[in-house]
Amino acid sequence: MNNRPMLEIVSLQKRFGENLILRDINLKVARGELVFIIGPSGSGKSTMLRCCNRLEEPSEGDIILDGRNIMSGTSRDLDQMRLKVGMVFQGFHLYPHMSVLKNVTLAQRKALGRSADEANARAMDMLDRVGLAEKANAMPSELSGGQQQRVAIARSLALDPLVMLFDEPTSALDPELVGSVLAVMKDLKSKGMTMLVVSHEMEFARETADRVVFMDGGVIVEEGAPEEIFGAPKADRTRAFLSRVRR
Amino acid sequence: MQSITDQFFNLTIMAKTLPLMLSGLWMTAQLCAAVILLGLVGGLLVALANISPRAWLRIPSIVFTDIFRALPPLVLLIFIYSGLPFAGVEISPFAAVALAFLLNNSSYYAEVYRAGILSVGKGQWEAARSTGLTKAQTLSSVVLPQAIRNVLPDLLSNTVEVVKLTSLASVVSLSELLYNANMARSITYNASPLVLAALIYLVILWPVVRLVSRFQRKLAA
Ligand SMILES: Nc1ncnc2c1ncn2[C@@H]1O[C@H](COP(=O)(O)OP(=O)(O)O)[C@@H](O)[C@H]1O
Ligand SMILES: [Mg+2]
Repeated sequence: MNNRPMLEIVSLQKRFGENLILRDINLKVARGELVFIIGPSGSGKSTMLRCCNRLEEPSEGDIILDGRNIMSGTSRDLDQMRLKVGMVFQGFHLYPHMSVLKNVTLAQRKALGRSADEANARAMDMLDRVGLAEKANAMPSELSGGQQQRVAIARSLALDPLVMLFDEPTSALDPELVGSVLAVMKDLKSKGMTMLVVSHEMEFARETADRVVFMDGGVIVEEGAPEEIFGAPKADRTRAFLSRVRR
Repeated sequence: MQSITDQFFNLTIMAKTLPLMLSGLWMTAQLCAAVILLGLVGGLLVALANISPRAWLRIPSIVFTDIFRALPPLVLLIFIYSGLPFAGVEISPFAAVALAFLLNNSSYYAEVYRAGILSVGKGQWEAARSTGLTKAQTLSSVVLPQAIRNVLPDLLSNTVEVVKLTSLASVVSLSELLYNANMARSITYNASPLVLAALIYLVILWPVVRLVSRFQRKLAA
């Protein structure tokens, strides 16, 4: 296996109008690595993730996905790149007018050009993997938040992404539903998926993350193994943040 | 009492003028079909231009919808039918009516579509685009089905307005339902054909306005 990073963020800057929200972010994510991102609200975590598939357009810098710079290329290339980068949102965003199965097959059919049979088979595999095969014909509104989020994960997985981005995937969930989503993410990690996770689930990070990144004010303040960041943070800002969220 | 029945609900006269009324109804139906179908398609295109990030699409479409919603449809109709010939443009009554009401109506449909599209959350766009769907695919598979469902009562109400609007075509002597009813009235010296026309409009539109109310209540719930 080659050891080129799966995802590389190079000198990324993002401006909204006058405000410089991301200032020179550099991050390499290895194949199969789970990088866990923490930081106060407004520090730019979502913006950074969203730059990785150009849902937000970077102002400066490059995003290299598996050796290919996604900042160059046509809009067709951009669409093809996007389906290689799975994204899971805090608010799930399932398509409410389609069954669970159709949610998972839509992009397979339209963006990947898979046949109906192929897409359905793949969707059922993925739904099975997130434990929801029996809900294939349900509508999203009939599912709990945790189930909806797992369908959203299956929807991304069905496209065989190289990387999965998670933006606070459990923040909108009732506490008792968080576990089922984290379990699916843990399973993904164990199967070798490369993952970038913004979350407040520190326990999950301790058990599953290869690396923890602390962001504040649009920069990466500190990064290291979970035990380093959680056990012996070097920067004052990291310590202050961690003591705040632990309380 | 007898004379009111004779003047307004004269079944013999109604029966005698029925063929004329039906041919008027047929003309009304053709007019509605043209204006509604073209309006639904044209309105959608205008709405898409309206929400486009490209100014050269957006600005003309906003001007279009503003002008044709502000202009009274009757003014527009008479201008097209009686004004344009001064510029050497002769136009049949049917074409004049269809064009005038299409301009008016597609502007209204466009506003309804636009509200519908904006009612669909940004998250739906982002979820779809992040799975590699193009803008057009996202619109047609994800956004528009939800948008249309959200504004179905308004689309229907607007359609009711179109049907009512077509009765204005009588002023350019297009033989639609109201024009023929009025002609029947003058031939028979009896108001029953007008009552019959009113009843026909009611029978057709009442169920639709009921449906609109039902939808509105369901969407509000
Ligand atoms: N579309 C936008 N337009 C303007 N400012 C934005 C936009 N999105 C985010 N921001 C600003 O960027 C900063 C970082 O936001 P975000 O990346 O969402 O932070 P986090 O996810 O860490 O809470 C915030 O100050 C936010 O107000
Ligand atoms: Mg965020």
